[in-house]
Amino acid sequence: MDYIQITPAQQRLMLREVGAADIEDLLRQVPAEARCARPLNVPPALDEMSLREHLTALAAANRCASETACFLGFGAYDHYIPALVDRLAARGEFVTAYTPYQPEASQGALQAFFEFQTMVCQLTAMDISNASLYDGATAVAEAALMALNVAGRRRLIVSAGVHPHYRRVLRTYLADLPAEYVDLPLEGGLTAPAGAAGLIDADTAAVIVQSPNYLGIIEDVPGIVAAAHARGSLVIQAFNPVSLGLLRRPGETGVDIAAGEGQPLGIPLSFGGPYLGLFACKSQFMRRMPGRLVGQTIDAAGRRAFCLTLQTREQHIRREKATSNVCTNQGLMALRAAIYMAAMGPHGLRRVAELCHAKAAYLARRLAQRGAVLPFADLPFFNELAVRPSRPVADVLRDAADRGILAGVPLEQYDDRLDNCLLVAVTEKRSRAQIDALAETLA
Amino acid sequence: MNVPDDRRYLPTHEWHLVDGDVATIGITRHAADELTDITFVDLPEVGAEVKAGEAFGEIESVKATADLNSGVSGTVVEVNSALKDDPGLVNRDPYHDAWMIKVRISSRADVDKLLTPEQYSALLSRQ
Amino acid sequence: MDEKLLFEISVPGAACIDLPAADVPEAPLDQSLVSSGPPPLPEVGQLDLVRHYTRLAQMNFSVDANFYPLGSCTMKFNPPVNEWAAALPGFAGIHPMQREDDVQGALALLYHLRVLLQEISGLDEVCLQPCAGAHGEWTALKVIRAYFRDQGQPQRRIVLAPDTAHGTNPASCAMCGAAVVTVRSTPAGLTDIDDLKSRLSDEVAAIMITNPNTAGRFDRNIMEIARLVHAAGALFYLDGANMNAILGIARPADFGVDIMHFNTHKTFSTPHGCGGPGAGPIACRRELAPYLPAPQVVMRNSAARDVIAPAASADAGAGACGVRYEWDFNRPKSIGMVRSFWGQFGVLVRAYAYIRALGPDGLRRVSETAVLCANYIAQRIRHVYHLPFGPAPDKPMASDPCAHEFVTVPREILQRGVSIMDLAKALIDRGFHPPTVHFPMHDCMMIEPTESESLATLDAFVDALLELERLSREDPAALKNAPTRRAVRRLDEVAAARKPVLRWSP
Repeated sequence: MDYIQITPAQQRLMLREVGAADIEDLLRQVPAEARCARPLNVPPALDEMSLREHLTALAAANRCASETACFLGFGAYDHYIPALVDRLAARGEFVTAYTPYQPEASQGALQAFFEFQTMVCQLTAMDISNASLYDGATAVAEAALMALNVAGRRRLIVSAGVHPHYRRVLRTYLADLPAEYVDLPLEGGLTAPAGAAGLIDADTAAVIVQSPNYLGIIEDVPGIVAAAHARGSLVIQAFNPVSLGLLRRPGETGVDIAAGEGQPLGIPLSFGGPYLGLFACKSQFMRRMPGRLVGQTIDAAGRRAFCLTLQTREQHIRREKATSNVCTNQGLMALRAAIYMAAMGPHGLRRVAELCHAKAAYLARRLAQRGAVLPFADLPFFNELAVRPSRPVADVLRDAADRGILAGVPLEQYDDRLDNCLLVAVTEKRSRAQIDALAETLA
Repeated sequence: MNVPDDRRYLPTHEWHLVDGDVATIGITRHAADELTDITFVDLPEVGAEVKAGEAFGEIESVKATADLNSGVSGTVVEVNSALKDDPGLVNRDPYHDAWMIKVRISSRADVDKLLTPEQYSALLSRQ
Repeated sequence: MDEKLLFEISVPGAACIDLPAADVPEAPLDQSLVSSGPPPLPEVGQLDLVRHYTRLAQMNFSVDANFYPLGSCTMKFNPPVNEWAAALPGFAGIHPMQREDDVQGALALLYHLRVLLQEISGLDEVCLQPCAGAHGEWTALKVIRAYFRDQGQPQRRIVLAPDTAHGTNPASCAMCGAAVVTVRSTPAGLTDIDDLKSRLSDEVAAIMITNPNTAGRFDRNIMEIARLVHAAGALFYLDGANMNAILGIARPADFGVDIMHFNTHKTFSTPHGCGGPGAGPIACRRELAPYLPAPQVVMRNSAARDVIAPAASADAGAGACGVRYEWDFNRPKSIGMVRSFWGQFGVLVRAYAYIRALGPDGLRRVSETAVLCANYIAQRIRHVYHLPFGPAPDKPMASDPCAHEFVTVPREILQRGVSIMDLAKALIDRGFHPPTVHFPMHDCMMIEPTESESLATLDAFVDALLELERLSREDPAALKNAPTRRAVRRLDEVAAARKPVLRWSP
């Protein structure tokens, strides 16, 4: 099935129109030595029914997390997605629309993104937001690049509490640039403001911290901001948007750039992608922001309208002076997140966050009662915590899987002080019974 | 295109009006027309150093962004604050009201290297 | 007809989605950690929310509703069966950190997509991590830099790009610490070989080329270009944006490409989603493969040895014949990760479904038809829409055909005072999304119909263009006010950039 509508008879007509005897006449620009000598060695075409059977079989060979008791987190969470998000985001006018470069043809998308930008500002208490980047890791990396450019300095202090993938991606981004990546180790699971202060010098562009950090612990962001600003450094905070339904917002604590992963806002787990990079900052950085920006203006009849703006910062006009090379953003994912935020509303999002924390706190108490080891038991957490089960992690994971539970993410490969530890995340979807069953498996 | 004959030029379309040891710098009508509607002009602070042949700022329009280059070396003594709120002034009056910076020149020799009005006009007619 | 913003229809107390009661005790956090109130998001009931987004949708052009002859974007049909596939719980509902045993189907899909793209490109290895074409391009440049550093040639920091290159090319270079040097094009729109020769040196890492190029021309000197670049010790990077012209017709490896990126949202039908998500997998020769991002998806037989399956056996699927799919993290020379987790899996599912639906004959027919459709439109309008590249006016298109897209610079129309933007907005009034404008050159339109359209649609578009040409002669003023039939008239984009308003404020 090739989805081509032109019939063989019509093709003959068209060939006559262009003066070609056959299709080969039109391929003459391709040198003979470059031509494929044989058909591509790919499997034969599948009709739609057979295609669906094949894909169904592949999908069936996966255990669907959303149909188990899923306690996996590590930056991607099994939150409840309201039915209207799926339905509205599946509309063909959103799914199959192009980037809104021609505003008169795209007011729907542009207004949706303007609303998205506004809601990200409301959620983070920051001044301005863009219309999304690829994911949390690249959002943090782009924030780092922006800080280096804005400050005209070369050092970045990166807390080891930032998600391991984000740190790896940041190193990749910095590898060919004259920038220095400085590691700021965790002390007992936390980033110490004094530790940050000790590393900041006159060439430091920014301190990068994540809160809640990747181990689920809520960091002392105000303390880190105070230490950084006192020494002339910017602060970038990586954040979990659902946590901001409850926790203090980056803008309330003086953070300069907030970069986060938007997957918790109504985006399916989807084996890691596509996700959503959130990026918000203070208004003074407006002309240096990466990614697309939607602005408000008026049309020829004086009506309010929306368009992409400040595009000269983007790759397609500024070429090698671009603030970044991001072209595609994650439009449809930003739309999902906007619908989700509007659907949950302020009280709904707060309630989701409260339930996540309450259920995680319940798990922590049950584990403590059963004598399990929680390496960071005394530290405040949002909805994720490290647990050291009494048995080997591999056995625990297997037994849990047999009971329909995805117990957690092994942490040893990210920090060898966390040998035989699991990172366990709890969302509003987890029932008391599921949490009890997990506690039994872990301790 | 007629260009004012009281000043000197860079091939990158900046004009320099020299009075004593101070050069006033802006961009030509040709440059403003090519960029179309100017949306933002990024200028240095008073006291900043500029170097002949290097950029001192940036200019943005809906279409493009370009460097603003200085043909002289020296210190910035005045910056046109009107361009902050009204970047469109560059399109309306590039040679007078939309001057950008005034520089105290450190070397007279730089000025002599700039294009004369005739040389700049010839360059424009070749484009 | 104005659609109010959510914040303007927000009513305190309106609730949309409810949540179950807590089945565990409440657990307040310390006040110092908590915000004093919920975030000031809008409050809208479910019906009004559905209406709001439904009406926003109705204000959009989309491939599902409109023809988009956007050069360089390949706005082909987005098959519904691909959407169905990506939404399957077994794909949409799997967590990236699940154990490999639990996700053999997903890993099998990624592995076999890898192999399919390797076959289509003719190159040895594919990495599926990058999130978009620009991201893939940047990743490839990093791989090139890492390769030369490892070869003891760190001085190779220059990347050559034609003056007709897409804007992401120089931007990607800058982000990798590489300097871009422009190579001139000939009047025929091809790379100027003499200019290229003058710029090759041992400081050049690579040339970045789109072929067919951004003017819709397949460069018949491409093999000579490849030979010159290789002789200078540099690499040939292909921007694969225009793969829709050569599927099954020419494989990039066969015309000298060392490394390339694909745009799944162009060539492989994954939808554009108002500007993403897309995916930008990259493919390269085996010499460059060690530097690709990690991890890589591999297939191992029951003896845990690496197996490279021939592409034709993609039906092996998961668990068949004692094979197992795994992540291989053991890549000591890898440049690292370029995004969190593994890639745009949901997008890649759609690309995989598309390629499996097409098969080898379908892939080739897609490109043949795309080329035919572009030449057909060009032939029918060229008497009044000047083609800067192509045959003499008295010869048919077939004597010097374009590839899957072509450029017109409609000089006569422009001389009558009608601008490219006027034409674009007038097309919007007639229900067509405009072609790409002002790229790759000023005052042009680049038209790419793709292979998806019916002949009736192509003819309707031709008729519209011919009507606009007639209006430019008989009534040019009529074109200056367009669009007139849309919800908004022409926008003041200058004001938007001078005094940016990027969010609603109370």
